[in-house]
Amino acid sequence: MGMDILMLSRIQFALNIGFHYLYPPISIGLGLMLCIMEGMYLKTKNPKYKEMTSFWIKIFALTFAIGVATGLVQAFAFGTNWSRYSRFVGDVFGSALAAEGIFAFFLESGFLGVLLFGWDRVGPKLHYFSTICVTLGAHFSAVWIVVANSWMQTPAGHTIVDSPTGPRAVITDFWAMVFNPSAMDRLLHVLVACWLTGAFFVISVAAYYLLRGKHLVIARSMMHVGIVTAFICCLLQLLSGDSSARIAAKYQPAKLAAFEGNFVTQEYTPASVIGWVDGERVHSISIPGLLSFMTYRNFKQPVMGLDQIPRDEWPNVPLVFQTYHIMVLMWGVMFLIALFGFWHWWRGTLEKRRWLLWAMVYGVGLPHIAQQAGWISAEVGRQPWIVWKILRTSEGVSKSVSAGQLFGSITMFLMIYILLLCLFLFLLNLKIKHGPEEVVDTVTQYRERSP
Amino acid sequence: MTLEAMWYVVIGASVMFYVILDGFDLGVGALHLLAKDDHQRRLLLNSIGPVWDGNEVWIVIVVGGLFAGFPDVYASLLSGFYTLIMVLLMGLMFRAAAIEFRSKHESKGWRSLWDGVFSLASILVAFLLGLMLGNVIQGIPLDATQDFVGTFSDFFRPYSILVGITAIALFSMHGSIYLAMKTEGEAHDLVRRWILPSIFFFFLCYLATTIATIIIVPHMTQFLSDFPLLIVVPILALIAIINVPYQIRKKQDGWAFISSSVAIILLLSLFAFGTFPILVLSTLEPQTHSLTIYNTASSHSTLKTLLIFAAIGIPLILCYGFFVYRTFRGKVKLDRTSY
Repeated sequence: MGMDILMLSRIQFALNIGFHYLYPPISIGLGLMLCIMEGMYLKTKNPKYKEMTSFWIKIFALTFAIGVATGLVQAFAFGTNWSRYSRFVGDVFGSALAAEGIFAFFLESGFLGVLLFGWDRVGPKLHYFSTICVTLGAHFSAVWIVVANSWMQTPAGHTIVDSPTGPRAVITDFWAMVFNPSAMDRLLHVLVACWLTGAFFVISVAAYYLLRGKHLVIARSMMHVGIVTAFICCLLQLLSGDSSARIAAKYQPAKLAAFEGNFVTQEYTPASVIGWVDGERVHSISIPGLLSFMTYRNFKQPVMGLDQIPRDEWPNVPLVFQTYHIMVLMWGVMFLIALFGFWHWWRGTLEKRRWLLWAMVYGVGLPHIAQQAGWISAEVGRQPWIVWKILRTSEGVSKSVSAGQLFGSITMFLMIYILLLCLFLFLLNLKIKHGPEEVVDTVTQYRERSP
Repeated sequence: MTLEAMWYVVIGASVMFYVILDGFDLGVGALHLLAKDDHQRRLLLNSIGPVWDGNEVWIVIVVGGLFAGFPDVYASLLSGFYTLIMVLLMGLMFRAAAIEFRSKHESKGWRSLWDGVFSLASILVAFLLGLMLGNVIQGIPLDATQDFVGTFSDFFRPYSILVGITAIALFSMHGSIYLAMKTEGEAHDLVRRWILPSIFFFFLCYLATTIATIIIVPHMTQFLSDFPLLIVVPILALIAIINVPYQIRKKQDGWAFISSSVAIILLLSLFAFGTFPILVLSTLEPQTHSLTIYNTASSHSTLKTLLIFAAIGIPLILCYGFFVYRTFRGKVKLDRTSY
């Protein structure tokens, strides 16, 4: 029964966080897009930028609301289902979460009201300030949550002490905890993925309008903002992915071995492009020496394989292998779209390439697939540890929660999430079909009102 | 004052902010179905529109503050209250969805559906918060490893249910006063008619809870024999509550709201005085198994870090809050960005 509760708790956590994580990347990415668009409006006073901004603010509001509602669950989820983990890490992990609440959430949700409802109440500059605060808040939130998660991957700055209810981790050096070995690389990786999400969302809607021949002026400007951001972020993500993988090689070799299905430690370690894992063998199209090169910048040096790691410390290799490769593949597709898109946009021939525009419309899903898959590979790749080499996941689960309660809560969450997703897509579709509206130019209006 | 006690004060202050701020928007939700037509319901919704989200963040601060400062309380309470927490989360999610989705589509059925969801979810959340508070006062069965060993029916003892109903009454009163402050014209006249009944309802609940507390959970009144001077707290609370209808009659809605907020602060202080330094009482072995601020706290260096966060962060939060409430001060008006 113990195993069942562990598995059900993991499924519930994955369900909660996976569904939640559809929304924050949109908020973070669109936040950046809004800052650019509204900034252009303030700079050029061209009302088309305000139309764009207002349009995306409505979509931002919708996303944000579901992000907050589902995010609330996460604040409780460690205590409800992972109470022994919470006791163990509260001193460390709890501090990062508390910092997130104090420094990020209020900035975000406080100024959100002004962003959504304040156009006519505050001046354009103060409104822009609010937009920036909301976006900063969303980014700060990512900072603390990635710091907390990275501590679980590469713990640092703590010591283990005994207490009446068992051992626990206690911070010895706060900044060493915050800047634990993987934190900053993973943070950049997460943020760039969010920016890609925002950029591909904007590109998708712009491409849809261009294909339909509607709102052309605005659609072209949106495409401009989106395609440039997407292209830069795709390149950035290549660098960030590379450095994240090298950190994993150094601190979490079992995880990197699972990413690549690397069962045998050997010279000229290959990296798979595509394939599958069968028992303890991997069948794939692979490039010899590539993993050695990516890890050590040297084709010959062997990369540690799973044969060097005790069998009971292996993660679920097939799952980690596939999700990791899906993530990389999605990056490849995004890169191609961004590259061709950028090229044709530069040449002014984008609107004649309808196949490319269609690819862009559906491209909105690519960053989401990449992020979901990437997080699964990062988290399942950490197993069987909940805190790397310190606490096993099986030692973290709540004792007082029964399988029956878990069945109940999983069913409840599943139903709510399906409902929320359907409503979100329905309303999103309405808004996109409806399109941007003509707006009052508040900069000029504000000037006239208050000379 | 010890570091543990200081962090307890920070969490206590956050609970007060939560109850005062989210209290009024939960109360507006509880009263929502009493509004007659779409226009009035939109006014109600938009009176809390720009602020409800920020108000709700306070509960995250409370929960996160417990996780960081008193991890065992966070772990025992949330895993012990498992099913209640799940229903609470369901209520909070549906409530957020209702506020956000209602206005997005102009159909009568769609809007009535979300009106119902908004109101029921608000009442449910208020009741569950009160119910959990009642259980914390009465105590729950915690074993030597601080894990909950009771059953679901343990949560529904009459006293806890009474505290749950009192919470609905308190939030309805607080919400109706807030609405009186934020509305004008016809809507204002309508809202004013809700205030006296809701004060009366709350007053009955308050009396019943006070009597029940003295009889059922006498340990809550122990502090009065230890520190007799603190008797002023319940007396001031009573004065604050009685002052509410008085201010309403004088048409001083703002003062009535302040008075109601002061009542909330004093009532929560009574709870804190009655339980300190215990955070969760164990009904099995009150002396050894209860969770106190001392046997559950994080390390001193972490508490210091957290207090530094609070010292920097809370003034900032109050600044944003002030800015946002100032931006949206005055009577609520519908415009093109409204819900």
